[in-house]
Amino acid sequence: MEPLNALVSVTNFMLIPAFAYGSQLALGALGITLIFSILRFAHFAHGDTMALGTAAVIGGTFFLQAQGIGIGGLPTALLAIPFGILVMVGYLLAADKLVYKYFRKVKARPLTFVMASLGVMFVTNGITRLFMGVSETRFEDGERFIFSVRDFREWSGLAEGLALRSAQAITIVTALIVMVILFWFLNRTRAGKSMRAYSDNEDLALLSGINPERVVMITWTITAILLVLAGTLYGLDKGFRPFNYFQLLLPMFAAAILGGLGSPIGAIVGAYVVAFAEMGVTYAWRRVFTYLMPEGLEPTSMLQLLPVDYKFAVTFAILVLVLLFRPTGIFKGKVI
Amino acid sequence: MKKILLASTALALSSGMAMADVKMGVLLGFTGPIESVTPHMADSAEMAWNEINEAGGILDGQMISSVRADSTCLDSSAAQAAAERMISSDGVVAIMGADCSGVTMSVLQNVAMSAGVPMISPSATSPAFTDTDSGGVFFRTAPSDARQGAVLAEIVMSRDIDMVAVTYTNNDYGAGFADAFIESFEAAGGTVTTSVAHEDGRGDYSAEAGTLASAGGDALVILGYTDGGGSMLRTAWELGAFESFFIGDGMYGDELVAAVGEALEGTVGTLPGAEGDGADAFAALGQANDVVTESSFTGESYDAAALLALAAEAAGEATPEGIAANILNVANAPGEEILPGELARALEILRDGGEINYVGATDVELIGPGEAAGTYREYVVEDGQFVTLRMH
Repeated sequence: MEPLNALVSVTNFMLIPAFAYGSQLALGALGITLIFSILRFAHFAHGDTMALGTAAVIGGTFFLQAQGIGIGGLPTALLAIPFGILVMVGYLLAADKLVYKYFRKVKARPLTFVMASLGVMFVTNGITRLFMGVSETRFEDGERFIFSVRDFREWSGLAEGLALRSAQAITIVTALIVMVILFWFLNRTRAGKSMRAYSDNEDLALLSGINPERVVMITWTITAILLVLAGTLYGLDKGFRPFNYFQLLLPMFAAAILGGLGSPIGAIVGAYVVAFAEMGVTYAWRRVFTYLMPEGLEPTSMLQLLPVDYKFAVTFAILVLVLLFRPTGIFKGKVI
Repeated sequence: MKKILLASTALALSSGMAMADVKMGVLLGFTGPIESVTPHMADSAEMAWNEINEAGGILDGQMISSVRADSTCLDSSAAQAAAERMISSDGVVAIMGADCSGVTMSVLQNVAMSAGVPMISPSATSPAFTDTDSGGVFFRTAPSDARQGAVLAEIVMSRDIDMVAVTYTNNDYGAGFADAFIESFEAAGGTVTTSVAHEDGRGDYSAEAGTLASAGGDALVILGYTDGGGSMLRTAWELGAFESFFIGDGMYGDELVAAVGEALEGTVGTLPGAEGDGADAFAALGQANDVVTESSFTGESYDAAALLALAAEAAGEATPEGIAANILNVANAPGEEILPGELARALEILRDGGEINYVGATDVELIGPGEAAGTYREYVVEDGQFVTLRMH
């Protein structure tokens, strides 16, 4: 029995990738949940807007690289994030003015909003592909590893190795910082409190003098920040490909609904549950159990519940189960 | 100046009227996962036709003009539409293509067979074509993967590795190649711990790498493309799942070195291709015409294009039926051996009623239902360069 090797193996192949992926989903799901609770519709354009925001960051990155500006071992993209955020704040506010504002004025039903956001999704998707094409763009630079498998093996003397890529570490750290700031903003600042008030009861918020257009503007701004961060971190970690961002829509919505729509903490918990479920169910546990079981009892099968290709099926199953048995989600959010 | 212009216009007009062009199609994946190699393949094919045109064309001065279309490598319906357009609106008499096995099979079965237009694929290597009755319209200058699978298994075995994990790209090419490899490897006494398909175009392959690592093995055999296969290799290496890798022909290319980097060091692979007089002549020809011949399947493309033109000359008519019926005659013995750059001589022999045995850049010898017997290059990656070890 070698529990240490088992632990290292499962951390290397499952826990670290799932944690990074979960952090990326969490930032995306937070945006979805914010829009749902304040603007009261399911924002289908989320994945593709993320792609467009990342495209802007990539453009900024390439510009900075051409100027020879960088930040040592860290990815240059981090410097370009403010530019991406500016572009996306402009884009989302323009989309709001051109599309959603009208539907708010005529007090359209939520489903109308959803369809409108579907239209925005297609347009955004087209713009992204126009600039970036459909194939993969890698924009990661700087040190690739904090420590690699070979370093770790040498250091620990274990048979199993452990790698931590810079992109994964940056993702996890950034996501945690952003979450803390977001909660501070929602709970402690005047603007954050007015957002919560507007979310709880629109009429009472109006009566107490909160300007709804201002709340809407702040919501889009925060969404833009979350979107660009989530998209850039995902792209740094896994490479940029517009179609993959569109596919993120399902796990992000599953995370937001699982956590309870409208609940920021729910979105975060939901995102990690979805990420670990996707990775855990499709992970082949044989290697881990070979280390854990006493000699002679090693497993002969792969101990894999579902093939890797069925990752999205896991998410879909979670979504269906939640909607069937607990539509309010873990943290008692709203029901779609 | 004006006079020269006028004269050349008149010349162009008269030549255009005197001899109708023969159109031949180049159907390759100019977009999609192998877009980095297809331009060189198309250039090589057109180099053969240009060589013939410079020698005065086929059938008493008919010039061959090339019609390019995109097979996408992945999207069967797009490839079929492109082939259909080539045949019905451009009026091509033969097709040099398609490239990837999946789209080639669907173009063959749904377009070429019903239209009776011959196709020579320079790169469709799925074993499935061997068992497909094409009615005599399908040929390939690339050998079947059944053969490559056997060669790769032999190479792995020769390095004292008898336990491997296999991953392949999820299409006809990958699945056929994997089957052939596993069959040969197990027949030689090796063990395949697992065989997992992977999709191209994913962002993250750590779950796939985890599965392969869990199954274990002394090496990982990757039968895919630069895109998914390359990411797979890098992920598996970075996660420490495997240290040594064997790859198939679909991954060969400088893009792989650029995409994978140091993880690729020591990787061993196979690539169809010949060496000797034909290969040397082809390389020299490429240099003279500014065509990149070191890329995958360029020799096969040149040979495929040359065979189509020579078959038309042998038939005495540039029709689909005539070309289809004469490809085997010009490709195989008996007859005068023809190397790249000697197409003018070949045409002359055919015009005089003689016979030729086209050898070309890749030692063309069409066996069975019209496919190449195949020789393979075994290479290893050293310092980011592909170094040829030996031929199989």
